[in-house]
Amino acid sequence: MRLEIKDLHVHYGKIEAIKGISVTVNEGEIVTLIGANGAGKTTMLKTISGLRPVSSGQIIFNGEDISKMPAHKRADLGLSQAPEGRGIFIGMSVLENLEMGKYNRKNRKAEMNEDLEKVFHLFPRLKERISQVGGTLSGGEQQMLAIGRALMARPKVLLLDEPSMGLAPLMIANIFNIITEINKTGTTILLVEQNAQQALQRAHRAYVLEVGHVVKEAKASDLLNDPAVRAAYLGTGAH
Amino acid sequence: MADKKFRYNVRDHAAEYWERSPKWRRVCLSISFIAFFYALPFLNNPLINTPGSDFQSVLFYPVGMYVLMAIGLNIVVGKSGLLDLGYVAFFAIGAYTMAILGTHTGLNFWEILPIGIALAMFSGALLGTPTLRLRGDYLAIVTLGFGEIVRIVAVNIEAIGGPRGIAGIPTPPDFFNAKFTILDPKPYYWVLLTFTLLIVWMVRRMAARRPGRAWDAIRQDDDVAQLMGVNTLKYKVWAFVLGAAVAGAGGVLYASQILSIVPDQFNLNVSILILACVVFGGIGNLWGVILGATLLAFTPERIRFLSQPRILVFGIALVVMMNLRPDGILPKKKREHFDPNWHTVEESGEGEIK
Repeated sequence: MRLEIKDLHVHYGKIEAIKGISVTVNEGEIVTLIGANGAGKTTMLKTISGLRPVSSGQIIFNGEDISKMPAHKRADLGLSQAPEGRGIFIGMSVLENLEMGKYNRKNRKAEMNEDLEKVFHLFPRLKERISQVGGTLSGGEQQMLAIGRALMARPKVLLLDEPSMGLAPLMIANIFNIITEINKTGTTILLVEQNAQQALQRAHRAYVLEVGHVVKEAKASDLLNDPAVRAAYLGTGAH
Repeated sequence: MADKKFRYNVRDHAAEYWERSPKWRRVCLSISFIAFFYALPFLNNPLINTPGSDFQSVLFYPVGMYVLMAIGLNIVVGKSGLLDLGYVAFFAIGAYTMAILGTHTGLNFWEILPIGIALAMFSGALLGTPTLRLRGDYLAIVTLGFGEIVRIVAVNIEAIGGPRGIAGIPTPPDFFNAKFTILDPKPYYWVLLTFTLLIVWMVRRMAARRPGRAWDAIRQDDDVAQLMGVNTLKYKVWAFVLGAAVAGAGGVLYASQILSIVPDQFNLNVSILILACVVFGGIGNLWGVILGATLLAFTPERIRFLSQPRILVFGIALVVMMNLRPDGILPKKKREHFDPNWHTVEESGEGEIK
């Protein structure tokens, strides 16, 4: 098991946002967390990557409990996140953003060209924009940059927070194709999405979150045909 | 649009000229630039002389001293985006180190200098480590408090003179032919200029390397910087400590020139004025900050002949300037690193959605 979350509780002040969630992610899988706004999806990712403190519970990564570890050390272990809202550095160029993705890699310089090639292979658009400043990219390009930058760190597990948010339908399909491709080259992915249709089509397994709880856990393909899930998240159940 | 292009021309053309200059021309330019500043005290130009105060003294304090401290504060505020409203505290710590050790021990200026810098750095780390977890406004308030605490502590400790401060601080020993006396500010100015050049060199080197990149990332998005593996707390504390070191060095030198210090010299106004230098000149841009500090420190002295209304005139000039150039006199380039393709990139960026 690559990543195992055991009975996780997270608070914002006195409000409990995550009320005892357990999730496992196996080597080579795409696992998705779906749910409505406020279900705690983004909080889950922030807690896993270390931006939110854990109230109780464990986050086990490669057999090591990392729940007390600061975020930057988790990044060094191989947890890499493309943050929500395409959190790129808007004042840096595309290349500088990508270089930031390798900030702490030991063989930064030796790996740089090879990894840039890989990212540009996945996202040829980024190569065209290489010296353009992050803030002037389109929404889709910013999302590509956020994912590409996360890949520069050679992650063992890639955390993706709402990669489809605010994108045009064509761009969404494009991004999800690339996510599938990244997974096929051996990167384990934990994907948080509101676009349940796309997420369930691409993922191996899925968890349905509702106000801080896991209400369902199954193979993604089973959830796609689950009447309750269809009604609540796919908007087709009533027919 | 045409107006906008004109605005950035001076800085960009200068940067471009520099980038395209061969090495020999850069060396010549640097040397003549530096020589000019070393020769500045001998310059007697009616445009820049200061009626009502001694030009050579003005060059040392406030102008040189404010330039030095603005460069230091720019590491904290401009490079890493941390709002520090108590910067004067480190200046005070440097000055008090010089005053106490200078009057009570046999140590001379050159021996006290590293101690003062070390103490300022230590207090920077002491203040920074717990408080740099805070963000934005909270950090500003804590640093504001720290600045006042240092001053109030100095007022209340009788052993270091209380509100009367410390008098009889020794001047630095002679350095070759240069004699440091109260009557001649030139040697102090040269020492200060040397400090400043060293710090400019250091800051430029750091900004172009990993710490600079980390500060950039932290300023733009602290959370994302952590996700990239940047130990943000470490780099923020370092920015704070380096800023403190610069102010500490300034404080030691200042105390050795002024001969007596009182706590009220280190009040909030100084912190605010240094911050104003940084913002006025162009936050984050080293040359802008230097220019801003020079103007802000120099103008009140230049217009001293106006006597009472000069502060009013100074205030109006500030307000007008900030309206005309809200990003400062020489704002930081929107692109943060020089790129020879910059213009073509900008052009292709405009017709982006096709």
